[in-house]
Amino acid sequence: MRLVTEHDRGVHIPSAGRVPAVESEAQLRALLTSLSGVDAVGAESRAARLATRSIKKSSKLVAIDLAIAMVDLTTLEGADTEGRVTSLCTKALRPDPLDPTVPAVAAVCVYPDLVAHARSVLGHSSVHVASVATAFPSGRASLKVKLLDVREAVAAGADEIDMVIDRGAFLSGRLGQVFDDIVAVKEACGVSRLKVILETGELVTYDNVRRASWLAMLGGADFIKTSTGKVTVSATSPVALVMLEAVRDFAESTGHVVGVKVAGGIRTTKDAIRYLVLVNETVGSSWLSPDRFRFGASSLLNDLLMQRSKQHHGAYVRPDEFSGD
Amino acid sequence: MTEHDLANSQLGSLSYDPALESASIARLRASYGLFIDGSFTDASAHERFVTLNPANETTLATVAQASSADVDRAVAAARRAYDTVWSKTTGAQRAKYLFRIARLIQERARELAVVETLDNGKPIRESRDVDIPLAAAHFFYYAGWADKLDHAGFGADPQPLGVAGQIIPWNFPLLMAAWKLAPALAAGNTCVLKPAETTPLSALVLAEILQQAELPAGVVNIVTGDGSTGAALVDHPDVDKIAFTGSTEVGRLIQQRVASSAKRLTLELGGKGANIVFEDAPIDEMIEGIIDGIFFNQGHVCCAGSRLLVQESVADEVLRRLVRRVEQLRVGDPLDKNTDVGAINSAAQLERIKELTAFGESEGATRYTSSCVLPESGYWFAPTVFADVSQSHRIAREEIFGPVLSVLTFRTPEEAVAKANNTKYGLACGVWSEKGSRTLWVAERLRAGVIWANTYNRFDPTSPFGGVRESGFGREGGRHGLEAYLNV
Repeated sequence: MRLVTEHDRGVHIPSAGRVPAVESEAQLRALLTSLSGVDAVGAESRAARLATRSIKKSSKLVAIDLAIAMVDLTTLEGADTEGRVTSLCTKALRPDPLDPTVPAVAAVCVYPDLVAHARSVLGHSSVHVASVATAFPSGRASLKVKLLDVREAVAAGADEIDMVIDRGAFLSGRLGQVFDDIVAVKEACGVSRLKVILETGELVTYDNVRRASWLAMLGGADFIKTSTGKVTVSATSPVALVMLEAVRDFAESTGHVVGVKVAGGIRTTKDAIRYLVLVNETVGSSWLSPDRFRFGASSLLNDLLMQRSKQHHGAYVRPDEFSGD
Repeated sequence: MTEHDLANSQLGSLSYDPALESASIARLRASYGLFIDGSFTDASAHERFVTLNPANETTLATVAQASSADVDRAVAAARRAYDTVWSKTTGAQRAKYLFRIARLIQERARELAVVETLDNGKPIRESRDVDIPLAAAHFFYYAGWADKLDHAGFGADPQPLGVAGQIIPWNFPLLMAAWKLAPALAAGNTCVLKPAETTPLSALVLAEILQQAELPAGVVNIVTGDGSTGAALVDHPDVDKIAFTGSTEVGRLIQQRVASSAKRLTLELGGKGANIVFEDAPIDEMIEGIIDGIFFNQGHVCCAGSRLLVQESVADEVLRRLVRRVEQLRVGDPLDKNTDVGAINSAAQLERIKELTAFGESEGATRYTSSCVLPESGYWFAPTVFADVSQSHRIAREEIFGPVLSVLTFRTPEEAVAKANNTKYGLACGVWSEKGSRTLWVAERLRAGVIWANTYNRFDPTSPFGGVRESGFGREGGRHGLEAYLNV
């Protein structure tokens, strides 16, 4: 057994690492099944224990601002309009019109047909335009249709593409097909970042979440994302924990850094801070940045603003002080 | 991601401001007396001793030192209560009191958690989430048995033993009191409880709870003091049963002293638990389990997984992850809700840990100690892992009872079993593997009272706990726990 060295104290990301090339479905399957299993009871108790961390005072303020900067402000409704997207973009740029010290959010996330409009409002600001594509949310379309969806969104100005994987293919063992889809979408993205939505609520087991995370990262994901927000079970702490562990281990073995996005059902500052604690204690400081961790949410932002104002002024303001969209 | 930050990612670098539980919640009094015959009384010789907060060495309170005359009074009160009241109650009546005690522990849980953390040094997260809820759970559980003793598998109408003398350790003060009192009372015995010298306070708050519950006077008596108090209780001719939890050394002395008497005896003693890790173990949860196994309660746990036996093929990887995780442990003020590892309970225990870990180094093991900053006052020991340990090292054989893990390796399941069993103790072991058949194969060959699979240090009132060989005999918890207090 060798001596313990300094770099063993943190997450060590090698500079000369390499993502293994996937040459066949059999090789891919062997790689994914060689990953360590997840003990469900243990993973859930670890996540529950981290949820008892008590974040107060100035560390709470730091966490709130960090969380605001990590929000992908999202509207994915059939009834979305250009007016609503304009309102969302304005809010994304300056979440609290009365307080310029509030940071801008990370991105605005819309359907592909509204990308051009969002881009026109956001211009060249720091706020990215993210778009769901690939027959969101079910992913049930031919690859040809999915790629067209992606290319149109990118052409309209999307910096980030949130794709969904074909869960049916994954669950029936057609891993090569899921992989090929991701590789093709990644290519269609060009310089835009690719977030791969695993829809963990439909993958059901933590072992599946871990394997799907690796599959997506091997396929070229820049982010792996929990959920569409359109099925019953969205992001949960243990699922996020398993994905963060996957991202950490992938970075350590390949040198390639992938981000994590949690989405669906995250509405309160308390929830958001619990996720930040999970990030902090699983992958560490380098991931505490909008480049590496995101919240896909809509109502979360107002709660963060309300708690921020409470921390600064000592009292809550009325919810109507912040805009609904 | 276009640009890679190739720096190391510092785990836990989002700083957490102190989130202190208020010490005033403990409502400590300046001095405490003995609890005899339903009320607090001073020691007959008026001797007192001081109990410290091990996290900063300040005095918490003074406590009465019970002499043999006081023990005599306590045993007489217990005998009287047994003869006149408790042996005449029905199981349902005893259950009523036990349920009351359980509910009162829950009502005063926050206060008890702070008292425990102040007196013991354990993190508030543990006293709040483990010690106190489990103590209440034990009373609830045995309340359920009190009127069902006929169906416990010991024949019809099993009888209590009489007066039980119970001596408990300092590592889980209230929880050990609950482990001892709940089954004894359910079975119909009366008790004289002797808390540890360094951690008497939570038992004295429990005494207040017994008053609140209107438990008849004398059914439970609590005598505080040092080893001489315990010896007086062990030697008392009118005690029918001794239950002891503590060191093997003291357990051996007690067994010698009761050998020539009719007293029943159960002993829960030391251990050197092996946590056996196979290469197919669920790695992330296994690392957490190893951490919980040895750093829970600063390693002051008789069933601690203080030896890690790891399959050689994954040893480097496990050690690397383990060390990273140890580095991340938050060591400091036990009242801070974010503290993972608190203070060592006493100067004497700290001295013993230092002495044994010094042997670890001089005998050639590779030491890794967390770089955490330790507080200046109080008794502290940084979480430590020894690699390259062999079976003959003292740190692999002797119970350290502190936050110190010894890592050994094995190649085959047979070797793992042989190494795990190569100890004089036999309290607890853990097996980590995704392969159920192998876990069972290993488990049935391990000589230990408790075996955990893919977890460690999980306790539940329904599950019996106890050791074999020099870890003692008798079981606490579950249906089996009743046997220690019934004449069967």
